[in-house]
Amino acid sequence: MRILVAVKQVPDTATQVKVSADPRVIDTTGITWIISPYDEFAVEEALRIKEKRGQGEVVAVSLGPERVKEALRACLAMGCDRAIHLNDPAWSDADTLVTAKALAAVVRQEAPQLLLCGRQAIDDDMGAVAAQLAELLGWPCAYWVMEEAIDADTKTVRAARQVEGGLEVFDLPLPAVLTAQKGLNEPRYPTLRGIMGAKKKEIRDVKAADLGWAPEPPQLSVVTLEALPPRPPGRIIQGDVPTAVKELVRSLREEAKAI
Amino acid sequence: MPNAFWCIVEDDRRGTPKKVMAEVIGEAARVSSGRAEAVWLTDKASEAGLTQLAEWGATKVWLLENGAFAPYRSEVWVGAAAELAAKERPRAIFAPVTSRAREFAARLAARLGVGLAADCVAFAMDGERLVATRPVYAGKLLAKVAWAKTPWVATLRPNVFRPADGEPGRKAAVERPSGPTPAAQMKFVERREEVSTGLPELTEAEIVLSGGRGMKGPEHYVILEDMARVIGAAVGASRAAVDAGWRPHRFQIGQTGRTISPKLYMGFGVSGAIQHLAGMRTSKVIVAVNKDPEAPIFRIADYGIVADLFEVVPELTKEFKKLLEK
Ligand SMILES: Cc1cc2nc3c(=O)[nH]c(=O)nc-3n(C[C@H](O)[C@H](O)[C@H](O)COP(=O)(O)OP(=O)(O)OC[C@H]3O[C@@H](n4cnc5c(N)ncnc54)[C@H](O)[C@@H]3O)c2cc1C
Ligand SMILES: Cc1cc2nc3c(=O)[nH]c(=O)nc-3n(C[C@H](O)[C@H](O)[C@H](O)COP(=O)(O)OP(=O)(O)OC[C@H]3O[C@@H](n4cnc5c(N)ncnc54)[C@H](O)[C@@H]3O)c2cc1C
Repeated sequence: MRILVAVKQVPDTATQVKVSADPRVIDTTGITWIISPYDEFAVEEALRIKEKRGQGEVVAVSLGPERVKEALRACLAMGCDRAIHLNDPAWSDADTLVTAKALAAVVRQEAPQLLLCGRQAIDDDMGAVAAQLAELLGWPCAYWVMEEAIDADTKTVRAARQVEGGLEVFDLPLPAVLTAQKGLNEPRYPTLRGIMGAKKKEIRDVKAADLGWAPEPPQLSVVTLEALPPRPPGRIIQGDVPTAVKELVRSLREEAKAI
Repeated sequence: MPNAFWCIVEDDRRGTPKKVMAEVIGEAARVSSGRAEAVWLTDKASEAGLTQLAEWGATKVWLLENGAFAPYRSEVWVGAAAELAAKERPRAIFAPVTSRAREFAARLAARLGVGLAADCVAFAMDGERLVATRPVYAGKLLAKVAWAKTPWVATLRPNVFRPADGEPGRKAAVERPSGPTPAAQMKFVERREEVSTGLPELTEAEIVLSGGRGMKGPEHYVILEDMARVIGAAVGASRAAVDAGWRPHRFQIGQTGRTISPKLYMGFGVSGAIQHLAGMRTSKVIVAVNKDPEAPIFRIADYGIVADLFEVVPELTKEFKKLLEK
């Protein structure tokens, strides 16, 4: 069974981000890049499925500039068998739909039985690419998956998705798309052997032309990026606890009208 | 109506639209100068629900009522909605941010071949185009985005937009388009309900109390729950508390948890790490209680108390009780 995992490389959440001279993008100098945390859950789940079945292949795929190789290398170190890098300036202003179309073209070439994604990428937070991939491929999709089990005989996957108020369990015929939610698993750390082994594994560069890609304008574009407007300065309420609490309640009622 | 702004209805699965729809319809009506229409896919609508949508300002309700729409499956919903959209050509399609509406909007945009802006916090018309504002990079920056063509598909963050006032007696035409519902590949097995806390849903609550590592253990959350019952709040947690196993993950607030935007957020023993702030910084009023005066949460708090939360919480519950009994 072949499993494809889509991973996005994102700025480490603790690093500062600033708008660059071009107000539509951030200044990337000094940024540390990581694999989006939800995508790590997806990679981990793919590896567990393979290990449980004792066979199969896990392929990591990412779209982005040259630096993305580092994220793919980390996936290989975790245990993925090989990686595919969609690496072409043609995709530099991709919106979610263009991203999904490019990834869908690779999925069609690779014909996996399962496509795992993260719930959402933690930089641009669209939570859209996986659902759009499912649409383009005509596959069923379970989002925010907390548990899954493959049934090889019936060629289905049973997945529990998180919804407001509970979990909903579905059987999806394979091939299918699942998006990983926190709680699905605890991602492993790469071992030293994994890291050494990753150096010998393949990362295939794919250009737009390799996919027969006709240039396509994005349907959605960033107009500008702005820093947050500063919040008005706050107030530390002084005094002993009973006094401070009384003043807080009074302020919440009379000034802030929040209660 | 030409150039209508569609509002995809999120309901309680028992035939009543959720109150977040007052915000979605209110904003759609504002941006479009009164051209909001509701589109309701459900297995069972109620008359009261239809009236409610009209009172909030929907000039028309497209009611797609069919057993196949519950439980929600994107394959079924998108087919039905896309067919109607192709006929009616709305100018925009808005939905509230919920787990399922997010997926639905993304898949619908792909089917229609148009752009999507998720989790928006503001809209403005710029001549003939719509510009949406959405938080990015853990809420550290705001992106303004625009579409290449209509319909403009967007999801709206709850509790950010001003809800429609609701005009009693306002009426809306109800259209019931018929047509075959698309077949589903996904088969429903079961729904497992969460043990109800009896408190409001985290993402919908107007007041949220959040307990961090400073709560010192799972047994102490009961003091926040007591306060929550007094003021009608939800109780959330930081990742440190969730990772320690004190609270289930569905209560986590932050970048890898839920994004909330209540009228009032109160953090107890939460330090205010950037990833926590990502999930609550659009709250209208922020209160922090922490014994460390240097805790970063004080930098974004409107009101702070530097003290031991175990002294503050019971006192605060008592004062809230007094206030609300008046
Ligand atoms: C500031 C800013 C704002 C933006 N706003 C919008 C917008 O409003 N609408 C829009 O359509 N686009 C927008 N984009 C573009 C969008 O971020 C990219 O298309 C991105 O590749 C996909 O969106 P996301 O990161 O939010 O992914 P999500 O949709 O949140 O990703 C979900 C999952 O899809 C997979 N995935 C996503 N991206 C990749 C990738 N590059 N390679 C491999 N797998 C991937 C991962 O498994 C991920 O967990 C914006 C970009 C920037 C820089
Ligand atoms: C990729 C990534 C994603 C993350 N996502 C999230 C997320 O979604 N949500 C999230 O919350 N975090 C997230 N984190 C973790 C985040 O960085 C912090 O570690 C976490 O928020 C800390 O939780 P805390 O404030 O409860 O604990 P701490 O930082 O340990 O703070 C505890 C606070 O309690 C105070 N305190 C202690 N005792 C008392 C007392 N008796 N009275 C009053 N105050 C007291 C202390 O002074 C301290 O400030 C993420 C981290 C990473 C790397």
